[in-house]
Amino acid sequence: MGNDKLLEIQDLKVFYRLDAGVLKAVNGLSLAITKGTTTGLVGESGCGKTTLGKSILRLHKPDEGRILFKGRDIWTLDRKERKQFHKEVQMIFQDPYASLDPLCVVSDIIAEGMDIHGLYSGSERRNRVLELLRLVGLNEGHANRFSHEFSGGQRQRIGIARALAVEPELIVCDEPISALDVSIQAQIVNLIKQLQKKMNLSLLFITHDLSMVRHISDQIAVMYLGSLMELAPSDSLYETSYHPYTKALLSAIPVADPEVERGRKRILLAGDVPSPINLGEGCGFSARCAYASEICVSIRPELREREPGHFVACHNVDIINQ
Amino acid sequence: MRPETKGAGTSMDEEPILSVNNLAVSFDTYQGEVQAVRGASWHLWKGETIAIVGESGCGKTVSIQTVLGTNPKGVGRVKSGEILFHGENLLEKTEKEMRAYQGNKMSIIFQDPFTYLNPTMTVGDQIIENYRQHRKATRKEAESRVLEIMRLINMPSPEKNMRRYPHQLSGGMRQRIMIAIAIICGPEILFADEPTTALDVTIQAQVIDLMNELRAKLNTAIVLITHDMGVVANMADRIYVMYAGKIVEHGTADEIFKGSAHPYTKGLLGSVPRVDRKTDKDLYSIRGSPPDLIAPPPGCAFAARCRYAMNICVKTEPEPVNLGDSGHFSACWLNHPAFIRKASEKQGTEARHG
Repeated sequence: MGNDKLLEIQDLKVFYRLDAGVLKAVNGLSLAITKGTTTGLVGESGCGKTTLGKSILRLHKPDEGRILFKGRDIWTLDRKERKQFHKEVQMIFQDPYASLDPLCVVSDIIAEGMDIHGLYSGSERRNRVLELLRLVGLNEGHANRFSHEFSGGQRQRIGIARALAVEPELIVCDEPISALDVSIQAQIVNLIKQLQKKMNLSLLFITHDLSMVRHISDQIAVMYLGSLMELAPSDSLYETSYHPYTKALLSAIPVADPEVERGRKRILLAGDVPSPINLGEGCGFSARCAYASEICVSIRPELREREPGHFVACHNVDIINQ
Repeated sequence: MRPETKGAGTSMDEEPILSVNNLAVSFDTYQGEVQAVRGASWHLWKGETIAIVGESGCGKTVSIQTVLGTNPKGVGRVKSGEILFHGENLLEKTEKEMRAYQGNKMSIIFQDPFTYLNPTMTVGDQIIENYRQHRKATRKEAESRVLEIMRLINMPSPEKNMRRYPHQLSGGMRQRIMIAIAIICGPEILFADEPTTALDVTIQAQVIDLMNELRAKLNTAIVLITHDMGVVANMADRIYVMYAGKIVEHGTADEIFKGSAHPYTKGLLGSVPRVDRKTDKDLYSIRGSPPDLIAPPPGCAFAARCRYAMNICVKTEPEPVNLGDSGHFSACWLNHPAFIRKASEKQGTEARHG
């Protein structure tokens, strides 16, 4: 994984205290993102993906653990450093309809971050906006329009331009394509991928779409009920997954080919994801796992390296993968 | 009328139970007339699953709402066409007459089970409500029927769960309740409008399996509406691809997935990455976005986004062309016999010169 870790999450815990009990949204999660790479974070709804994304942006204070950006804990930064941090870490949101100000024209939406950080002014600012519009596949005529004049795919392009405007190093993409139509999804994924290469960006790509995430990621983290089940280089995960949850998840994705589907064996998981409120001590997946044994219910498994770069959190990983 | 073959397990000589012929539906808005469905024809035989595939706004939902008679009167306007259910034209029925069909001979499940369930009634009561609407039954009889259905849909502890409210159930369970309401009267046709889009993959897999199982057990025909080609590959016998209010391609699942002829279908299939394959290339993407249906283009509606578009595509709308005898057709000038002849001639001369 190298030494140039841009972001390092160390044993992060984020809890929500509710009337019904404590919801452990992120429960002891460690993850590192190397500069210039894309990390895919996959998991089902309610597994804590978005909470993790927001924590990285410094929107949730962790209950335990640390998040290091360029080696510094993001909660020890002073005011000036904090401003710089928010310039270097940007976000692309899921819903392109809710995330653009309906009262602002596109050029102001894109330039807001540049204005806050005092990056450009006057004609330079204007040129930079037009350059960004072209970069994301829109044209100059779009600069003075309002967001309601655009389709979902175009709005998402505006959201991407806004994130790029302040020349960030890390972009957290929270389900950036799930609100879009299939043919538009491919456009946006191609665009994000191209921009990532061109500008040497680091991305955290949060999604529930396992087929899309393979396409865009260098490494993939599989999350379930607040912790990582498996962390591996993208191809390694799809070729040989070790964790029973990852196996079930991969087998549940329908493949767009009837012939392949007829021959495929599916591992059906019984039941639903259990409530994350007042979660027990053991492995989060134990309630649905076909291989769960006594130890799984009482002790939470650590992520252990099984192959170089391929980590699995499972007590019975050797028995399962004999 | 185009003869179409049926999916696996149905016999050729039967009449389709549902025929939608040349249906056109428009909505009158302040901006003008939105032509949501512009002359679509499709057919359904007993016990088969068909899929209508397309992006949002292509008219797939409006089509089935019109079949079910749930299009709000005065907003949606049927301009032409007929909907034959066992030979009877449903468009001639009054709203009251349609109620005997809705939830009884034809029923529907929706994308988001939470919005469609009543939060103030137990789920058991909601299933009973539909049953007693159409069948004469005492409450006790209805309750035992509900338990029967709950077992059929593999609901864990049915006695307990039927007394619960929707908010006490998970997304997957709620979708099962929707399915229970839909099938309790033993419908001939089950419409499923994006039934798994709001669900997680592991739950989606459960619901797909359940629907396939029910279809085999109850011999109910399913009309699946979705944009997820993976779900289609798992369920459908035949596929209609819809674009800008028209059916642009039809074929059996194998024909569409292995030998799609229309550039739009190819684009749809190509833009979905496969989880079982590794690619370093960019995804095939269809450029642009669907046309505005207030003023649909005169030629082929897909021409502006099509990388093979020719002059004729912009001017004249292509008619469906039959590809073989199986009912596979594609509405594209590239598949037109005149074009294929010309292309092969050109190739022939090139080969001679080369």
